[in-house]
Amino acid sequence: MKRSREINSLISIGIVGLIILFGAPLSLDLFSVISLTTAISLAILALSLGLIWGFGGILCFGQTAFFGIGGYAYAIAALNFGGSTGAIIAAVLVAAAAAAILGYFMFYGRLSDVYLAVITLTVTLILYSVIRRTSGPEYKIGIAKLGGFNGINVPPINYPWDATQFLYPEHVFYVAMVALLLAYFLCVWLTKSHFGRVCVSIRENEVRTELLGYDIRFYKLCMFTVGGAIAGLGGIMFANSIGRITPDVFNLYNAALAIIWVIIGGRGTLIGPVFGALILFYLTSFLGRQAVVNINLFLGLVLIVFVLVVPKGIVPSLVELWDRRKSRRMTARSARRMRRRGRSRVKEVQVED
Amino acid sequence: MLETRSLSMHFGGVVAVNRVDFSLRENELRCLIGPNGAGKSTFFKCLTAQLRPTSGEVVIRDFNVSGSESHQVARMGVGIKTQVPNLFDGLDVEENIWLSASQSASLKRSRVITSEVIERLQLGDVRKSQLGSLAHGQRQLVELGMVLAGEPWLVILDEPTAGMTQEEVIRTAEIIREINKSATMIVVEHDMQFIRMIARKVTVFHQGQILLEGDMDEVSADARVREVYLGHRKTS
Repeated sequence: MKRSREINSLISIGIVGLIILFGAPLSLDLFSVISLTTAISLAILALSLGLIWGFGGILCFGQTAFFGIGGYAYAIAALNFGGSTGAIIAAVLVAAAAAAILGYFMFYGRLSDVYLAVITLTVTLILYSVIRRTSGPEYKIGIAKLGGFNGINVPPINYPWDATQFLYPEHVFYVAMVALLLAYFLCVWLTKSHFGRVCVSIRENEVRTELLGYDIRFYKLCMFTVGGAIAGLGGIMFANSIGRITPDVFNLYNAALAIIWVIIGGRGTLIGPVFGALILFYLTSFLGRQAVVNINLFLGLVLIVFVLVVPKGIVPSLVELWDRRKSRRMTARSARRMRRRGRSRVKEVQVED
Repeated sequence: MLETRSLSMHFGGVVAVNRVDFSLRENELRCLIGPNGAGKSTFFKCLTAQLRPTSGEVVIRDFNVSGSESHQVARMGVGIKTQVPNLFDGLDVEENIWLSASQSASLKRSRVITSEVIERLQLGDVRKSQLGSLAHGQRQLVELGMVLAGEPWLVILDEPTAGMTQEEVIRTAEIIREINKSATMIVVEHDMQFIRMIARKVTVFHQGQILLEGDMDEVSADARVREVYLGHRKTS
């Protein structure tokens, strides 16, 4: 029964995803579609962190590093290759490779969780300050100038292998949404596989997993690398939706934001972080337009409230609430049935009398 | 089959294990006993490569364990149970045992092993319960089940009966004797009564060294062992 519920929820997520995929460009104006594309790219980042933190127990405070690397690698590769098809593949690979290299030192060096969080955060902050300082014309890779704090203008995605046909923003939305759906179902498949279940056991108890004969360093490294690749994919979509990639993707604000999405949406689920990112994106942009509260203050408050009141996050809490209501309704129904049966028995007795 | 050659483990100035030569034959069931701080657990951790010995070596079936990782030891077919229950508290009983079975067996075969183990340990009623919600004795039993599910040929248990009720201890003793039919075993224990139930040969640790090795009767009759266990009789 548990399994069928899981399948049902996956199917409904898929349907909702398809509705958004085909419905949004028809019903929304161009500006909304573009901002939705941005939100989706951030949701992909949230998903990647939800995967490695929720299912691998790896608290990466600098998941934005791979997001930003993906975006930058895409921009640089697309400029140099003169087309986006190879650039997308290259950018995902570069982000994955960056995660693999960093992960190798962290996991094979057997760093504990706290150091891991600090190091990943430091890496993203180092990238932030290094790339900010690359404004001179001498800082370039191929023909792509890094552009310092102004960043790089990102060439838009084109049709596969045809660099003359650029995609319009509403088409970029389709690509982003499909990327999110593919990444989501890849993560679902991964967490159901033997590999994913071993990763969950590592999250639960590292020593035990190791004493069962699993090389936990290797499992964590693989998980981290997949997370890096997905974050890189998000970065590519982000760069495309904005049309520009700047060092700000690496800053502390964004690094912390990714953590907050996962906490709010629900760690240990995959859809939770996606929701968390979407909700906060729209909430902060709404509040930004109102300009009544300081957004950082607001985010801090949200985080405190969630940690204190809804520590499991939105999605797991909603599921729990739903289950409790359902079981209460079930018991109420069966109680009613019992009462009815009791009454009819009384009637029978009377008839017999 | 398992041998340690002048194995030593120092923590700073403290010598926890001091030049221990230990050997174990195929299909043996050996108990390690000794008072608190005798070095049993450190010795256990050296055997399972959780600690890297300061000097000396551990050899299991011609494989030098001393320089390797504990997952490599486990992968050789060594079943390990640590002193504190080491389980996946957030997962259910079935998943816990399945994770152990599927390390070496195919996915199909590990499902079979899982249900066999659950049946053998009479854990059917709780197979879907989260480990964290179970009583201590049941958790210990599940951990034994995880050891079993790996189908090991060498089993190393650290205090398998800690915190168990009398009834559970008896059942555990039965299980251990059964495991011993197909595997060589080392059991680190405190509980003399339990050791009497299972042991043939006993090794007594004291201050990081082997004090005595022999049959249970021999050991429990030995004056030095009594003194080590019961404290300084002369002064009292």
